[in-house]
Amino acid sequence: MIFIPFSTVVITLTFTRLNVNMAVKQVSFIVIILIASGIFTFTISRLVGFFKLTKPAYRITDISRRIKILLSVAFGQTKILRRPVVGIMHALVYWGFMVITVGTVEMIIDGVLDTERVLSDTGFFYTLITASGDILAVMIIGSCLVFLFRRHFIKVKRFNGIEMTKGSTIDATIALLMILLLMVSLIGTNVGYLAQNPNGYAGMFPMSTLLVAFVAPKDLDSLYLFTEVNWWAHVMLVFIFANALPYSKHFHVFMSMPNVFLTRLEPLTKLSNMTSVTNEVKAMMNPETAFAPQTEGIPGPSRFGVKDAEDVTWKNYLDSLTCTECGRCTSVCPANITGKKLSPRKIFVDLRKRMSEKGPGLIKEGIGFSDSKSLLGDYISAEELWACTTCNACAMECPVNIDHPSLIIDMRRYLVLEESAAPADLNNMFANIENNGAPWPFPQSARLDWAQSIEMKS
Amino acid sequence: MAFSPICKTGLGTKHRNEIMNEKLSNTRKVEVPTMAQMVAKGEQPEVLFWVGCAGAFDDRYKAVTQAFVKILTHIGIKYAVLGHEESCTGDPAKRAGNEFLFQMQAMTNIEVLNGYNIKKIVTACPHCFNTLKNEYPELGGNYEVIHHSTFLQQLINDGRIKFSGKGDFKGKKITYHDSCYLGRGNNIYEAPRQVLEFLDAELVEMKRCKSRGLCCGAGGAQMFKEAEPGNKEVNIERIEEALETNSNVIASACPFCMTMLSDGVKAKEKEDVVKVKDLAELIAEDQGL
Repeated sequence: MIFIPFSTVVITLTFTRLNVNMAVKQVSFIVIILIASGIFTFTISRLVGFFKLTKPAYRITDISRRIKILLSVAFGQTKILRRPVVGIMHALVYWGFMVITVGTVEMIIDGVLDTERVLSDTGFFYTLITASGDILAVMIIGSCLVFLFRRHFIKVKRFNGIEMTKGSTIDATIALLMILLLMVSLIGTNVGYLAQNPNGYAGMFPMSTLLVAFVAPKDLDSLYLFTEVNWWAHVMLVFIFANALPYSKHFHVFMSMPNVFLTRLEPLTKLSNMTSVTNEVKAMMNPETAFAPQTEGIPGPSRFGVKDAEDVTWKNYLDSLTCTECGRCTSVCPANITGKKLSPRKIFVDLRKRMSEKGPGLIKEGIGFSDSKSLLGDYISAEELWACTTCNACAMECPVNIDHPSLIIDMRRYLVLEESAAPADLNNMFANIENNGAPWPFPQSARLDWAQSIEMKS
Repeated sequence: MAFSPICKTGLGTKHRNEIMNEKLSNTRKVEVPTMAQMVAKGEQPEVLFWVGCAGAFDDRYKAVTQAFVKILTHIGIKYAVLGHEESCTGDPAKRAGNEFLFQMQAMTNIEVLNGYNIKKIVTACPHCFNTLKNEYPELGGNYEVIHHSTFLQQLINDGRIKFSGKGDFKGKKITYHDSCYLGRGNNIYEAPRQVLEFLDAELVEMKRCKSRGLCCGAGGAQMFKEAEPGNKEVNIERIEEALETNSNVIASACPFCMTMLSDGVKAKEKEDVVKVKDLAELIAEDQGL
């Protein structure tokens, strides 16, 4: 895929040199956009297939509250700004992307219809979009350089950890370089446009205006080439970036907003009540149904809790696709801080990997498919799960509202309900609750002992 | 250790009797009403005090329970406890993955609570609070559930608790340790702080506080098991931060935090310098109860 931009550059060069009819450029653009959309459709349909394997989580209600959360957490960047310095740099990149996307849409329309700056008649809107996009593009370049420097030359603790392989760093570096090139080519396109239209142009380009004198070639042929190369490079990078993202940790560019919108709205420490268990407990507690034969036709759950990729809810999987491995969760995890094996980030990195590994087999051969591996066991160990204090610092810190503790507890549920594999201390605690209604071995009859001799000054 | 102050003074019988009489006349026994007794009298309490297992059995936290009923008695709030009919909410079982046991506990408790037609519950345990408030409704238990920090704050705001200055916290530093199940879990950050501010002490914050507060290490059923291997205990990490504030008191509002923080202070041998106290104890102290 990396060859595409080079070949297009060559094609462009050839077109310009030979001054081939513009229709050829238009046709080739349409062919490229069809290929890019084709690849993207394949990727998304693969993910849709994986989502179909997941379990229900909750119904999406309360849309107005969700919109508010989206406005504050996504557009307002409130959670990423909990760390203000690096937060504001991210916010600039995000806001920049929002504005520049409008320009990208324009470029695509221009490419398809063979127009030039098709939105330029939109007046103030166009001025606003081009001016802010132009300034933000430069700021994004600045932020990306700082991010690259941070990642490679400053030892940021949360960029390390067992789940942070060499691949993760390469992934991050490629994404940052791509964004950098996207912005450089955007500025280049703007500079070329300004230089070609010295007597008047649409929009406003505060940064590019400053650069024209230094960057733009003087003779007309080279200037035309300069503009075309930058335009094509930018558009091609957009297509490559969009198609590479779903295979990268940087998929959060697409997934964050849906994930934030679909946030679990309940208090962080509220855990779901398993309905499959409720049915059994109710049946047990009702003397009429306790000994009745099992109702035919209503299949029980295939499994209590989460053992493997197909047991998770759609939200768990969405969380895993959204995670960009920033590591804020792990950096505030009390277990991780004190040297325990648990890293909340790893749980979701593992789930995503596991779904990519097992998902295709499950889709092909059905739910019975097994590769004799599992998420819990081969990826995530019981030791990690038992180290969680359910303090929710991870979920609170996550800039994209990933819910780590719910999945951790779901895996504990599998360990306890399916395998009776709780640590011995916890089994004692269970036995105490069963026998005397308290996690400690004190009889129910001693529950009021504290009240026997309270004296107070009157 | 077992010398009574009266023996220590070495006073004669006459004096001793005087002191005893004074003591007798100034104190009264607190009767803690149970729901069963209330119903037998045909009465309904204003609020049910859910004591919780730690409140009933943990030696340290029993003092908090006692301080809280003293406050309730002092103000004259009509309350009751379930007593022998109370049972674990199921929180530790649920967090440890035993959903079955949790729901058994929940449904049993809901039957008792609904049987008594309970409308409002106050509890001094954030874990009971979270479970009763958030996890019981779906299972048929719908109550107004209040944590004692909010309850105390309301009493202060309503003027039912008035500052006495008897506890004399003036000039003392108090740092408040956020319970995860109150703070991040249920967005209760300010109520406990307002209660502490009421004491006229200097409230100092730890580096990690409020929504960034560090866990004491006991949540999610960790209270009942050994920690996984690591290089430090969570409560030591936390207590070091608390000690950095040079506070005279570390205030908490949760039985598990209380245990972890007290253990931390003990491990650091700072028991003479700093005391770990619950909000209810501090208020009771101020009220001279």
